[in-house]
Amino acid sequence: MNDLLFARSQMAMSLAFHIIFAVVGIGMPALMVIAEWRWLRTRDGVLLELAKRWAKGTAILFAVGAVSGTVLSFELGLLWPTFMEHAGGIIGMPFSLEGFAFFTEAIFLGIYLYGWRRIPPRAHFAAGVVVAISGALSGAFVVCANAWMNSPAGFTLVNGQITDVDPIAAMFNAAAPAQVVHMTLAAFAATGFAVAGVHAFALLRGTPHRAFHRAALQIALLVGVPTALVQPLSGDWSARVVAQQQPVKLAAMEGHMRTGPAGLVIGGWPDEKTLEMRGAIEIPGAISLLLRGDRNASIPGLDAVAEADRPPAGIVHVAFQIMIACGTAMAGLGAWAVLRTLRRRKGKGSALPDDRTFLKAVLLASPLGFIALEAGWTVTEVGRQPWIVQGFMRTSEAVTPMPGLVVSFIGFTALYIGLAITVVFLLWRQIIKTGVTGEATRGLTSEMPVPRLTPRP
Amino acid sequence: MMLQEATEALTWTLPHAVAGTMVLSLNAYVLLGGADFGGGVWDLFARGRQQDDQRALVANAIGPIWEANHVWLILVVVLLFTCFPRAFAHLATALHVPITLMLVGIVLRGSAFTFRTYDSKRDAVQRRWGRIFSIASFATPVLLGLCLGAVASGRVPFGAATASMTFTERFIAPWLYSPFAWAVGVQALVLFAFLAAVYLTVEAPEGPLRTLFRRRALQSQAAMTVVALIVLLLARRDAPFLFRGLTSGSVALVMHAVTAFLAISVVVTLLRGHYRLAQIAAAGQASFIVWGWAWSQFPYLLPPDRTITELATGRVMLSLTIWALGIGTAILLPSFVYLFWVFKRGEKAFEATGEG
Ligand code: HDD
Ligand code: HEM
Ligand code: HEM
Repeated sequence: MNDLLFARSQMAMSLAFHIIFAVVGIGMPALMVIAEWRWLRTRDGVLLELAKRWAKGTAILFAVGAVSGTVLSFELGLLWPTFMEHAGGIIGMPFSLEGFAFFTEAIFLGIYLYGWRRIPPRAHFAAGVVVAISGALSGAFVVCANAWMNSPAGFTLVNGQITDVDPIAAMFNAAAPAQVVHMTLAAFAATGFAVAGVHAFALLRGTPHRAFHRAALQIALLVGVPTALVQPLSGDWSARVVAQQQPVKLAAMEGHMRTGPAGLVIGGWPDEKTLEMRGAIEIPGAISLLLRGDRNASIPGLDAVAEADRPPAGIVHVAFQIMIACGTAMAGLGAWAVLRTLRRRKGKGSALPDDRTFLKAVLLASPLGFIALEAGWTVTEVGRQPWIVQGFMRTSEAVTPMPGLVVSFIGFTALYIGLAITVVFLLWRQIIKTGVTGEATRGLTSEMPVPRLTPRP
Repeated sequence: MMLQEATEALTWTLPHAVAGTMVLSLNAYVLLGGADFGGGVWDLFARGRQQDDQRALVANAIGPIWEANHVWLILVVVLLFTCFPRAFAHLATALHVPITLMLVGIVLRGSAFTFRTYDSKRDAVQRRWGRIFSIASFATPVLLGLCLGAVASGRVPFGAATASMTFTERFIAPWLYSPFAWAVGVQALVLFAFLAAVYLTVEAPEGPLRTLFRRRALQSQAAMTVVALIVLLLARRDAPFLFRGLTSGSVALVMHAVTAFLAISVVVTLLRGHYRLAQIAAAGQASFIVWGWAWSQFPYLLPPDRTITELATGRVMLSLTIWALGIGTAILLPSFVYLFWVFKRGEKAFEATGEG
């Protein structure tokens, strides 16, 4: 492997790592806030305990999100200096705004985590709302920057010189709206399903704290199910934007090798030499119909550009199919949950948390959101190759002249693996193994487990 | 006519306004994030029968807000790549190695601190995380100072000159072989430890703990003086440019005088037991050091010859950034005030009980 490949691998690894914590940072505050809202309404101690439990988990994840995000901000320059040299002055705007969103999020998360007994319940709830909103905003801003790489706007290139910079137009580029919506929904769907799985597991295993886990499952599904149901629609919008802005990426996604009517290709692996799909099932004309409303409409294939301008079609195609499969399964489970709830309203069937089949399905589905998330980003990023800025700058032109990147790649990979193992272990102990301590009935006394000084004035 | 002149003056000022904001943000990082690092240093040096109490005091002081303190550094980076993208690309290339090491330090410190807070309270586990946290707290400031020192020395190669250089000349020598840069690294470490010690005299309860940190504050103030002299001496040879800025001109002299006055005030107030005043004076002293460095480097972003104006990106981006900064500040300042207010009033007011 050469330095470029190590740079790409390090970037991919750092982002794939960060995005998990970022998504949790967007999703969890919403869950906490809903639990706290319900507590304010009902004063049911179980809900307060739940909000606190979730907040503890969020604190661990937020710290890792913050440090891995810091690494990313520097990495943009450490690995892609030429990219930043040109892009920084065009697309810096969303990054600056993101900075403010982080500030707000970090400040109010501090208030939320440590302020349970320092401010009135309503103010505390409001702090949670601010955390949730600023988390979602920071995600939206940074995705705008990414969308710009897919669909560059807001500048003109005259003889290799960038002029007429319009940061606003750059930020609101053609790919931004669809990507922001899809990403934000993904954050809620992925978090909702993952959390639902944890509590479904507790209910399945049998627990003395059924009320606690039922309440948790309910809230997690309340966030996960609606977003999972809308996600395919939003994905369709994304696909239409990609078809317009990055036709070759679309061709790679769909395994559409030759320009002409495009079918829906399921499974298979492309042979990039002969431009054939191997081992795929094809529904002829389906993609043409979806995109253009005509089964015979011609769609540009992978062959529409020179070989040097094609992304690695195999990875993109498989990643795309994984996302679709996960998305379909999640939407299916969501539909099931909705139908069951409606039936239950009419007085038929059991409550969801008592249905073991449903709980097992939730448990099985819990990692799907995160899998879809990683797969979706693989589609977006690998599908853009060989461009770092679609049509303007190649990844190979952007990479740092620094040699020996294998060292930093291995170093950061080891570091992140260590962090990931620790985080999983701590969450397991913190949230699940300890169970509910009965604090809920005692009236909560547990502050954050910060070591306290014995004599305090 | 006059309007046009005014606009031109404004155009000229925009890059400086952003650069000034970056120094301001770095200043905030030193005062807030720097003190968090310094706390970790005292964690490393915690000794004797009271060491658990010392560590608890530090953890308590850092606890609620380290992420918020940390964003100041991110703001500096973001402003740098948004408004001075060429400088950012250049620095990230030339200082790849020390920046990468610094990032490892930031990751380890932040995560180990959080893990220690949430992991088992058994001693062995706590000690393991504590070790990582404190060693990273020790190393990171040195690396941060090292990077800033390398920039200030004007030895970081720029532009066409880099093409014919060997790996060592280009990526290693500017920082590794620069005594000045290392001295600035040590200065950053001592400064952070000093700030933390002074702040901790305010946080500590009356008694041996407070006396201990008062002693440490005084000791680190002494170390500050020594290190500052060494930095100045080395600057003469390694960073002639900075040296001239530091030693000539009336502004530089006034800044030195104020810094010295504040340094003495810290000592006096500490000895008299006016800890709050000492905290304010120490913060002032640190700020004057940051601004003194910025002033002596002005108008160059990358000494010896790349100015702030020259490296700035287009006007539109600069003015939008200023707007964003203004609006952001309008939201953030009250938020910060609220945060600190909430933590100052302590934990008495509201019992969140299940009964409501
Ligand atoms: C919970 C996660 C999740 C789920 C269930 C889905 N997606 Fe997705 N998808 C993402 C998470 C995601 C993502 C990781 O968030 C991406 C990467 C970039 C982006 O904006 O969103 C993405 C990108 C992405 C793109 C590429 C956008 C681009 O390159 O600019 C398309 C075309 C789709 N998705 C389409 C779909 C469809 C048709 C789905 C229906 C089942 C679907 N996604 C479900
Ligand atoms: C919104 C923020 C993001 C930005 C600004 C961004 C930026 C970049 C940049 C600059 C590169 C290197 C150049 C290139 O290969 O094109 C890259 C590559 C990559 N990124 Fe992203 N990215 C973002 C989000 C993500 C996320 C969340 C993932 C999650 C998995 C991801 C996965 C990858 C992968 C797999 C590559 C390597 C592609 C390849 O070289 O084949 N990206 N990204
Ligand atoms: C799709 C991609 C991304 C999303 C959705 C996203 C979102 C978030 C969110 C919500 C947080 C809050 C912290 C947390 O909850 O853990 C965060 C942290 C952070 N992210 Fe990302 N991010 C993405 C990619 C990036 C990239 C490419 C960068 C680099 C420029 C970056 C830089 C940061 C930084 C510096 C932090 C720490 C902020 C703090 O200290 O509070 N992120 N991100």
